[in-house]
Amino acid sequence: MSISLEEIQKISLLARLHVSAEEAGQYAVDLPGILAWVQQMNKVDTQGIEPMAHPMDASQRLREDTVTETDQRSRFQSVAPSTEKGLYLVPKVIE
Amino acid sequence: MEELSVRQLAQGLAHRQFSSVELTRHFLARMQAHRHLNAFITEMGEQAVRQARLADQRIRSGDHGPLTGIPLAHKDIFCMQDGKTTCGSKMLDNFIAPYDATVVQKLEQAGCVVLGKTNMDEFAMGSSSENSFYGPVRNPWNSDCVPGGSSGGSAVAVAARMAPLATGTDTGGSIRQPAAFCGITGLKPTYGRVSRYGMVAYASSLDQAGPFGKSALDCAYLLQAMSGFDDRDSTCMDEPVPVYPRKLDRSLRGKVVGIPDEYFSEGLDPEVRVFMERAIAWAEKEGCIIENIRLPNTDLAIPAYYVIAMAECSSNLSRYDGVRFGYRCREPKNLHDLYHRSRSEAFGAEVKRRIMIGTYALSTGYYDAYYRKAQQIRRLISEDFNKAFQDVDYILGPTTPEPAFRIGEKVDDPVTMYLSDIYTISVNLAGIPAVSIPCGIHKGLPVGMQLIGNHFEEDKLLNFAHQYQQATDWHTRCPPGFE
Repeated sequence: MSISLEEIQKISLLARLHVSAEEAGQYAVDLPGILAWVQQMNKVDTQGIEPMAHPMDASQRLREDTVTETDQRSRFQSVAPSTEKGLYLVPKVIE
Repeated sequence: MEELSVRQLAQGLAHRQFSSVELTRHFLARMQAHRHLNAFITEMGEQAVRQARLADQRIRSGDHGPLTGIPLAHKDIFCMQDGKTTCGSKMLDNFIAPYDATVVQKLEQAGCVVLGKTNMDEFAMGSSSENSFYGPVRNPWNSDCVPGGSSGGSAVAVAARMAPLATGTDTGGSIRQPAAFCGITGLKPTYGRVSRYGMVAYASSLDQAGPFGKSALDCAYLLQAMSGFDDRDSTCMDEPVPVYPRKLDRSLRGKVVGIPDEYFSEGLDPEVRVFMERAIAWAEKEGCIIENIRLPNTDLAIPAYYVIAMAECSSNLSRYDGVRFGYRCREPKNLHDLYHRSRSEAFGAEVKRRIMIGTYALSTGYYDAYYRKAQQIRRLISEDFNKAFQDVDYILGPTTPEPAFRIGEKVDDPVTMYLSDIYTISVNLAGIPAVSIPCGIHKGLPVGMQLIGNHFEEDKLLNFAHQYQQATDWHTRCPPGFE
């Protein structure tokens, strides 16, 4: 199997990773290699087998809808790269 | 002091033969003397001495448990408000967690003293501890060799006697494989036995925290303190926690030990096989019944595991966006540039490779062929174990196909690196517990054997491991130059 450079660029966009031309070339070699190896999964017929998401097939535990956490905004924002008046700052989105 | 067991250390503290401050300073000095191994990302000397003073007070006042005043090292994947939590990544190089992981909290309550945070593969992605932003960790048995990974720093901390105990995490073998490569004992508990709250996520349906120690008994004490239900981790199981250290003296007579054909097939180093055969002979002498079993889907476990792990990692690591915490690129041109460059500049090559493959596997049109298929195979693997455990108490085999490999040997070939996890990975897919214990030394490098048990049978595993360690001395071997 092969993966085109366009596909590599599309995946990198979905993954929010900047990929240089040189890296894209490397991925075009690495990824098909790994994916071809992964495809040995196809040698077993899994039709009708329920996919297993949790090792003990446990489902999500629910709790009462009550407030358990207090507001700790300033604490959490103390590790943010850039904040102002309690808001996270990012480059301008709308001109 | 460094050769004493946890129980002996606790007795020494209780009888005032030494204080926790003295003990802590002793291990801090050893950490400094062996910095070339690169086992620690952060040394926490000052805080450790402070914690040790508190522990000494508790011991004097009689308010202490089996771990009060005992130093340990945390893998740098556990969030701690004290000091930084890097997960081996440039992305979190400046990150100070706003809260403590449950494991950290529980061990603090037990009175443990934290010596530092240990080096690891970035975001726990690796089998050699070479993928760290802070440089590779070295194996104390041979500094040209890897210590295994991803919890390599924790394994080295215990093996080189820089800490009596250490925490680790295991997603596909990241406790057991480094334990085997470093000649110590490491246990991966049942999924849900130990809380994942505050443990930086890699592949959430596989990740589990566990203990490293010189012996099964030492691990039993640490596991005891780490385990238990936690409301803050929705996958943590509400199951009673046995008093592990009291469960280790039972006889193994009549226990059935399954030997899987698939773990002794091609690829296994003949010398490793010899040590396995000796361990099996020992079990038989102890009165165990040895049975050959089949785990027919073993070869599918690695591809299925990597698809699941990479898909879950691509999702989990989407939180690193350069906005809320972690690394941000300089002068982003726009929001798109901020996301893309922050992530590309701060993630290492292996992390990016896994995010790319995971993203591909989850993208439109490929989900069924990869993620769903892998989850179906996961069920087949789990059913193999269920079937085996109808007839056997234990499954025994090697932890790894060969002893530690050389630094740089497999780093350019991802698939070969992934294959070194062949015996450990199925256990994570099935969510069952397993322990690796030393059972030989070949050409100066330790050999580990893996004992696998059914869900929540950590006590049985530790029982077997302890009995083996009562009869053998492999676990007491210290790497030359570190006595």
